[in-house]
Order: sequence, then structure tokens, then C-alpha cells
Amino acid sequence: MIDIKITDQKLDINQCLEIAQDLGSGGIATFLGTVRNQTKGKSVIRLEYECYEPMAIKEIRKIIDQAIAQFSVRNIVVHHRIGTLFPGDEAIIIVVSDGHRDAVFEACKYVIDTIKQTVPIWKKEVFEDGEEWISAHP
Amino acid sequence: MKLKILAFGIVKDIFGNSEIELQMPETANVKDLKNELEEKYEALKRLKSYFIAVNEEYAEDDLQLHPNNEIAIIPPVSGG
Repeated sequence: MIDIKITDQKLDINQCLEIAQDLGSGGIATFLGTVRNQTKGKSVIRLEYECYEPMAIKEIRKIIDQAIAQFSVRNIVVHHRIGTLFPGDEAIIIVVSDGHRDAVFEACKYVIDTIKQTVPIWKKEVFEDGEEWISAHP
Repeated sequence: MKLKILAFGIVKDIFGNSEIELQMPETANVKDLKNELEEKYEALKRLKSYFIAVNEEYAEDDLQLHPNNEIAIIPPVSGG
């Protein structure tokens, strides 16, 4: 089972686990990415996420297909939140399930690492005294 | 030909808009588009990197462009 969602609503870990549920799978790895309240010593007030949605869905799909091929896992769920997020909010939930624990950990790490490299989603950190698009400049 | 170009993230700030239109020669490819954009918007050159997406796929420099393409500028991504 593959499930991809990009939403401006709060993410739901239980819903992700239910979608990935599979009686043949004894191992479930999850990754939750949450908003930090500081970066490089500066307080973060909020993050603003933006997305090129049709391409982002396609790129996430490629990453999932690759993870399934490479690690032989069965189920991968990726839900990503966009819009305005505050410290503590969940920005991404990844659930990978299969019969083998090594494979689910490795696939989960591959999925989050690659999403951060290729999926057209951007975040701007807003501080008390300014704002900055993450990773935009050298 | 007239090309419509979508902007996201910091590129939206650079263009001052989420979309621009650009007049290019009929033979233009992705590299020609990058050159034209960098001439018009020098701030693009100061980014860590950026890619051009054509029809929702990352495009190589030698890809030939067409007026009905969906073209987007992809600055460094930061999802997750």
C-alpha cells in the first residue's frame, strides 16, 4: 500500500498507521518531523511551507517506488503538511511497514533523506526580527 | 515564443510575482532560458542552486522548450 498526502491540515499519526496496517507486516518504522522553536540560536516564531503540489506528489511517488524496489518493503505512507506551522507542529509523517525490521528502518531513512533533497517543497523561517527561506543561499 | 514561468519560494520574492511571462526565440532550450532569467534577475545567480522543471519533471539544460510547456523554477528545496 502506498499513500501520499499533502495538506494544510494537522497531520494524524493514527490515520497513517491505519493506512499502513498489514497483518503480514510485523515491523513498522515511523518518522515524525516537527517544527523546532530555534535555529542557530534564534527563536523561530513560525514556519511557512510552500509546495509545487503536482510535481511534489510525482517526486514523492518516485522516492516511494525506489524505496520499495531497493529495500523490498510493502507499505509506505507519506503525509506532508504545508501552510503556516508553529513550533511543535508535525510537518511530515512517514510510516513504513514490512516483515523485516532492518528494511523498514532503512527505507524510512531513505525516504526522509531523499524528500529533503528532491521534492519541491520550501519552508521559510519567521523570526522576531526577520525571515529566511531555508537553504536558499550558500 | 511566449513562455509562462511559475515561481516558488525565494524565486517568488525575486520575481515579485508567482508567475512571469518571458519572450524567447522558438529554438530556446533550458540553458537559454536560464541565461535569459539570470540576465533579467541577477539575484538568481546568488542562490545556492536552482533547477528548471518542465511539465512537472526536472529538466536537463539541452531540453527544447515549447510554448505550451508548464515551466517552473525550483530553488533549493527544504521540505520535511
